[in-house]
Amino acid sequence: MRYFGGKGVCGGIAIGKISVLRRRDATVTRVKITDTASELERFEAARSQAIRELDELYEKALPEVGEAGAQIFDIHRMMLDDDDYNESIRTMIEKQQINAEYATALTADNFEAMFGAMDDSYMQARAADVRDISNRLIRVLSGTSEVETPSSGEKLIICADDLAPSETVALDKSRVLAFVTAHGSTNSHTAILARSMNIPAVIGVGDAFLASVRDGETAIVNGQAGEVTVSPDDEAMREAEKKLADDTAARQLLEELRGKKNITRDGTQIQIYANIGSVDNIGAVLLNDAGGIGLFRSEFLYLESSDFPSEEEQFGIYKRVLESMADKKVIIRTLDIGADKQVGYFGLDKEENPALGLRAIRICLTRPEVFITQLRALYRASAYGNLGIMFPMITSVTEIAEILEYCREVREDLTREGVAISDNVELGIMIETPAAAVISDKLAPMVDFFSVGTNDLTQYTLACDRQNPKLEEFCDTHHEAVLRLIEYAAKSAHAHGKWIGICGELAADFTLTKTFLQMGIDELSVSPPYVLKLRDTVRGIDLRE
Amino acid sequence: MKTFTYTIRDEVGIHARPAGMLVNKSKSTGSKITIEKDGKTADASKLFSVMSLGVKCGDTVTVTADGGDEEAAIKALSEFFEANL
Repeated sequence: MRYFGGKGVCGGIAIGKISVLRRRDATVTRVKITDTASELERFEAARSQAIRELDELYEKALPEVGEAGAQIFDIHRMMLDDDDYNESIRTMIEKQQINAEYATALTADNFEAMFGAMDDSYMQARAADVRDISNRLIRVLSGTSEVETPSSGEKLIICADDLAPSETVALDKSRVLAFVTAHGSTNSHTAILARSMNIPAVIGVGDAFLASVRDGETAIVNGQAGEVTVSPDDEAMREAEKKLADDTAARQLLEELRGKKNITRDGTQIQIYANIGSVDNIGAVLLNDAGGIGLFRSEFLYLESSDFPSEEEQFGIYKRVLESMADKKVIIRTLDIGADKQVGYFGLDKEENPALGLRAIRICLTRPEVFITQLRALYRASAYGNLGIMFPMITSVTEIAEILEYCREVREDLTREGVAISDNVELGIMIETPAAAVISDKLAPMVDFFSVGTNDLTQYTLACDRQNPKLEEFCDTHHEAVLRLIEYAAKSAHAHGKWIGICGELAADFTLTKTFLQMGIDELSVSPPYVLKLRDTVRGIDLRE
Repeated sequence: MKTFTYTIRDEVGIHARPAGMLVNKSKSTGSKITIEKDGKTADASKLFSVMSLGVKCGDTVTVTADGGDEEAAIKALSEFFEANL
């Protein structure tokens, strides 16, 4: 039995088998090539190498699985010999002067789409083969080692050094029992993801942990205490099983809160909404009886995509969210890319200090074509539900004026085109910079609502990088400075008859719920699994006390 | 230019494996081989092109050989179809 301590970021017990996530370096970035001749050579060399690998795999598989099983590698090899496929990559390298990795990724997208559109399910499934051979090429080109993905169907405890947002997005969530990472802070994306999925997670267990564990070892993850026990003895196992049973019982108790009001003992009622990062989470929103969606992080649309998502694509997703939520409020936050959430095709420059850099609304205002596409998709979807649009990283009056002007233009364009839009779309801003909080009295008259992003507000107010785990002791999330800023923003909002919510992680900090209610916060938006716990907390509060 | 028409008997149609064999066969001839189904034409020396036709069991295809050895090519391909599809 080996024991490792870390920081628990999401409660609950998990008992299961360990799977160490091998680093998948599949993020392909576009690079401009001047020497196309040598890039073509590089591609040819990689192609030969990939074909050799497939020949070896075929030979290795033959005695193990027979001709029928091994022929997939033979087919893959022939696919890598396909003239159209190779011609497409070569032409992109030559004409568009792009690197072989990127040309391969783009070509893969095109061929995948071709197979995906065929009316025959066998041929549709060939899209996966295209992806497979293309990944092989890209891997050879970029010199990374082959990825091993766990092949068994059981749920696993995923262990990694840390997880990038794009990696957590790519993970098959139905296979994850718990997360354990060697590094990362409580605000890392692994942590946020774990909370939104209500999966036990322990972070920062150190490098020794990764060095010691092997795939298939049994472990107990205690997300509350921040403990990981590898190869537990019988006693530890019995104890964990009992805790797991208790947890399940506690969850059943919360079930009884479904359908009840979010009202304090003295009669103050608030809204409890849910934060989501993709359409897949809507089920959890409804299951946990949230009153609406207080934050839909639209950037996941951009992170999951290999190019700018089109207006149609975005419209389809927004419409689905709005329709699924019926008449309940859905607040969609516009693109919040930059800083820790980089996307290759945006071609953003590397920044010394991305948290203070070109991100979120700053990208939208400097690249209006991206912004307008998203706004058009949002307004078109507005006809299908109760939409609110929220803009991140606001610092000034002029930014809002500019945003409102774009919104007006988009509305006018769509009306002129005869597209039905709702005339009841609320426009709000995130209060996540100290600047916005301090001048909230000037901003309130311009918008319909505020929503406080406590993660960024804390990091900017306390000058603490939230990605740096060493700073956690300095990053006091209950700091009076942060609370005063929130209180002032609430006063400003109410003075102008506007409502204010909190959608950051602090909204799920139950030790602050009473403080927020005293400030007059109208709405709290939390990860779906916290909705009922928060309701329970609110119902236990008496503001007269 | 020589042609023949053929109705597919293989129950899964021209799936990946026979498509690959067909490509190898076509490449081994000295002629340009094309396959046509419902007005859509594919170059038989290109795997993805052949697969994109989505030829299923019962479909009728027209195979055309054009080039120096078209006589021999069409014979070889006709035999290939009979034997494999």
